[in-house]
Amino acid sequence: MLDVQKIYKTFNPGTVNEKRALNGLSLQLAEGDFVTVIGGNGAGKSTLLNALAGTWLVDAGHILINGTDVTKMPEFKRAKFLGRVFQDPMMGTAATMEIAENLALAARRGERRGLSKGINRKELEEYRELLAMLDLGLEDRLTSKVGLLSGGQRQAVTLLMATLKRPKLLLLDEHTAALDPKTAAKVLETTNKIVTKDHLTTLMITHNMRDAIVNGNRLIMMSNGKIILDISGEEKKRLTVDDLLQKFAVASGEKFDDDRTLLS
Amino acid sequence: MDITILLNAMPGAIAQGLIWGIMAIGVYITYKVLDVADLTVDGTMCTGGAVSIMMMLSGHNIWFSLFVAVLAGMLAGLVTGVFHTAMGIPAILAGILTQLSLYSINLKVMGKSNQAISVEKYDLLVSLRYIKGVPFYQNTIFIVAIFTIIIIAVLYWFFGTELGCSLRATGCNPNMSRAQGINTKWSVVLGLMISNGLVALSSALFSQYQGFADINMGRGAIVIGLAAVIIGNVVFEKIFHNFALKLLSVSIGAVIYYVVLQVVIWIGLDTDLLKLLSALVVAFFLAVPYWKKEYFTKPIKRGED
Repeated sequence: MLDVQKIYKTFNPGTVNEKRALNGLSLQLAEGDFVTVIGGNGAGKSTLLNALAGTWLVDAGHILINGTDVTKMPEFKRAKFLGRVFQDPMMGTAATMEIAENLALAARRGERRGLSKGINRKELEEYRELLAMLDLGLEDRLTSKVGLLSGGQRQAVTLLMATLKRPKLLLLDEHTAALDPKTAAKVLETTNKIVTKDHLTTLMITHNMRDAIVNGNRLIMMSNGKIILDISGEEKKRLTVDDLLQKFAVASGEKFDDDRTLLS
Repeated sequence: MDITILLNAMPGAIAQGLIWGIMAIGVYITYKVLDVADLTVDGTMCTGGAVSIMMMLSGHNIWFSLFVAVLAGMLAGLVTGVFHTAMGIPAILAGILTQLSLYSINLKVMGKSNQAISVEKYDLLVSLRYIKGVPFYQNTIFIVAIFTIIIIAVLYWFFGTELGCSLRATGCNPNMSRAQGINTKWSVVLGLMISNGLVALSSALFSQYQGFADINMGRGAIVIGLAAVIIGNVVFEKIFHNFALKLLSVSIGAVIYYVVLQVVIWIGLDTDLLKLLSALVVAFFLAVPYWKKEYFTKPIKRGED
């Protein structure tokens, strides 16, 4: 489903702030893979997701989604293959537009937007049912502006938007990190529900090692713009946080240095 | 101070306000919907008049002249859009560049800095003369009000379509829009074209109204447009929530602007100072949301990022 071949990305080349964020990274995902991504600060996790999403173009290498080479494709065109949820709850929705309007925008991802109605009656019923599934009481607030919702609610709506039109690949960039623990757990639960139901190929960054172990069928750890660990199947099921820290030390030759990850 | 002088001036002020209201609706589309400050309008506010008057002077039908004026305005918007999206020039600077280019273009279109059109020789839609003593269906206020209602209706429909929604989303959150497959560059270009088309229409009507097009008629237009948007917003914020009503409030905002202007003149203020006054008033109201945010909001505790 996803085939990433030796991608490179350097930020601020030729300056003192030069930073090689992706260093010949390769990654293959099979259809239905739910991969969790962990790594220290500056390991290149978000950079990887942005490279896949086309926020900017990679310096070298190739990215294929479902067999299509998207390496040079601009972000808005690539969007038809992708569903994305960002870390910042403000990023994924249009605050001044209604919940239903936001969903309607997402429902037309990858289609030509013409002069037919931006949202029709039939969709409204569909959205009401989908929102009911979130169990946040949003099904009665279809015409509320998204700006009025809490961070958790906005993140849940963004998740719906990302998956409303079945994406080839779902990209979750620490999408529960800005939420309080209870809301985070709920959003994660919904994520699992949707990913399982629609059998979505998913890449989820998290700073919570336990979440990374518990969720998904495969776990990758990044350091210095490369994947240094790739664990799946039975081995992943038996994994503990201590194992993970130890494996990191062996693989990278250094101690895991992200306080935030350790504390959570 | 004779109140009848003021009252006599009112119909004219209202007519002017309504005409400029069409321009202000154009400004609303870029400034409020797209979140782009577009200074092209200072140029377009002359281009529309220049083009339509030259067309009429050379014998073209008034409706066709208006149509071509709108196209000219849209072209100006397209140029600013290309400067901004394809050449990476900041929107404000892109608008200033187009505005400056339009100064030369407007001069070339008119052949000199001022072109008059006589209401007696030409069958004009609106005019200073058609404010009093004409049947209501010929009255400028009535005609421009009809224009305004049609424009608001069309825009209301458009911004409810898939394409219109993608424009609104672009102005609100460009990152999210791209993630949802919207070509945000095209959205901005299209918004600038619609906006400048409306400004050119306003300009064409205004030059008919005053009986001439002048190279300086667009100077500071953006400030008047913003003033109308802000006044409309401040006065009707609490009661108008529907998009069509918001557009209407912009139009009424422009009328209020011209009525207040008339009152200020009537009071006897030196008219040389009017632009200074307008700029200061707009500056003040632009500052209000910033001050609110900076000094009147309680700090919100945020969790770790």
